[in-house]
Amino acid sequence: MNMRHSGIPATQGKSTTDYTDFTDIRIRYDIVKSFHISAIRAIRGKIIFVFNCLIRNFTIQILCVLALASLPACETMDTLSEVGAGVAVATGVATPQQGESIKKAGSAVGKTFEAITPEQEYYIGRTVGAVVLNQYKPLNNEAANHYLNVLGQTLTQFSDKPETFGGYHFLVMETEDVNAFSAPGGLIFISRGMIRCCQNEDALAAVLAHEIGHVELQHGLQAINKSRVTSALTILATESAKSFGGQELAQLTEAFEGSITDITSTMMNNGYSRGFERQADRAAVTILQRSGYDPNGLIAMLTQMKKQLKPGGHDFAKTHPSPDSRIEDIVKWVGAAKPVVSPAARQARFQAAAGKI
Amino acid sequence: MIQIKQIAAAVIMASVVMTAAAATMSVQVKDAPVRATPSFVGQVVGSFAYGDQVEVQQTQGAWSKVARAGVSGWMHTSALSSKKIVLAAGQEQAKVAASGDELALAGKGFNSDVEAQFKAGHKDIDFTWINRMEKIRIPATEMQAFLKDGDVTPKEGGAK
Repeated sequence: MNMRHSGIPATQGKSTTDYTDFTDIRIRYDIVKSFHISAIRAIRGKIIFVFNCLIRNFTIQILCVLALASLPACETMDTLSEVGAGVAVATGVATPQQGESIKKAGSAVGKTFEAITPEQEYYIGRTVGAVVLNQYKPLNNEAANHYLNVLGQTLTQFSDKPETFGGYHFLVMETEDVNAFSAPGGLIFISRGMIRCCQNEDALAAVLAHEIGHVELQHGLQAINKSRVTSALTILATESAKSFGGQELAQLTEAFEGSITDITSTMMNNGYSRGFERQADRAAVTILQRSGYDPNGLIAMLTQMKKQLKPGGHDFAKTHPSPDSRIEDIVKWVGAAKPVVSPAARQARFQAAAGKI
Repeated sequence: MIQIKQIAAAVIMASVVMTAAAATMSVQVKDAPVRATPSFVGQVVGSFAYGDQVEVQQTQGAWSKVARAGVSGWMHTSALSSKKIVLAAGQEQAKVAASGDELALAGKGFNSDVEAQFKAGHKDIDFTWINRMEKIRIPATEMQAFLKDGDVTPKEGGAK
């Protein structure tokens, strides 16, 4: 897992030495975790045996043993043990068969948000979107929403992730707040106030491209507390052989609700990290450059936004770094900032669409 | 000398396995268009559905030339997964389901059942507009016309 993108505090990316020093393990971990280590030892032994059969060279054997010894030395192992403990709690005593499940689950769970399939990301995104629309009324204007989708869906074709499970879809929110949200999987919401910060199509394209960047880089999923994913995958690991019963469904729903809260509170209240915003801006510049829009549109939008944001407001001012600091970065990527000059036809259709929003 | 040959054989075997594993991929989106050329402006010649396994014949940047059941064409790699996706979970499939690197079990985890359960507990959360916005799909021809009419000239190759 790429911890740089994870948003998970370094303290949670547990040290690797806990598992390479086996003499200390029984003191520090419970019986399930000890069982788990035994399983790893057994598997490692089998792999070494196969290598021994293939390669009868002592030096190579030593190298193989060293390589295999480093296998558990990764951050996935901590989460793995958490699942192991979860399975043990769910089932009473860890049998060898359950140990096998623990082992298999580990490779998936260790990646936390990366273990969420595109299909699950889609369902998370749907509910995140519904929560956003519970707070912000959608603009019931077919022409405006169609224009936003033509522009937005065209831009997605130039992103690094043009295909998502349910595709990208865009909607205008009927509020003067300057805001934009992207739910995992590609549901993107732009406020009327944000559109009014855009003086041309290139600037609006920049706003949409920034949100597409958040989707592409899965920033929403990374806001989910690791324990929720662990909890959901523990249920899958123990119950995947049969249909979910009421209890499992309730537990999954609880993990689901927690995940939604993690994402919406980050998106709507606390904001993503400065690093994530910078990554989304970088992705936006790339999308704009590939598509043929002027990346200066992003600078133009931020400059205008700076004039419109109210200090201490509940919108972008609260959840995003200052426009000035973002502009400083963007200028480095695009060269010197220049005014956007939109061709007449582009400007005319933008004004026609934005005028109705 | 014999040892060197054995090592070389092992390396070749490993690379053959990797190539073979990479040759088959699964469609990981609901509905993925297959195009005549590796570009979003390429003519759509068919489409594959979620879970369909395709043979990757060649790659070009972020595009893969794939084939399945007589249909052949280009798909963007973001629509593909190296994991095998099983749609109907039987006992045997479920046994390996937890090995997430190998296989994704469609419909498991956060799914429509969980969404329904969520809705039952949150009657104030309305999904009407979410369903409505998901239906807005802009055809490739309209996108191309939009770019052309607005004098927007993409860099060659489009999506990477």
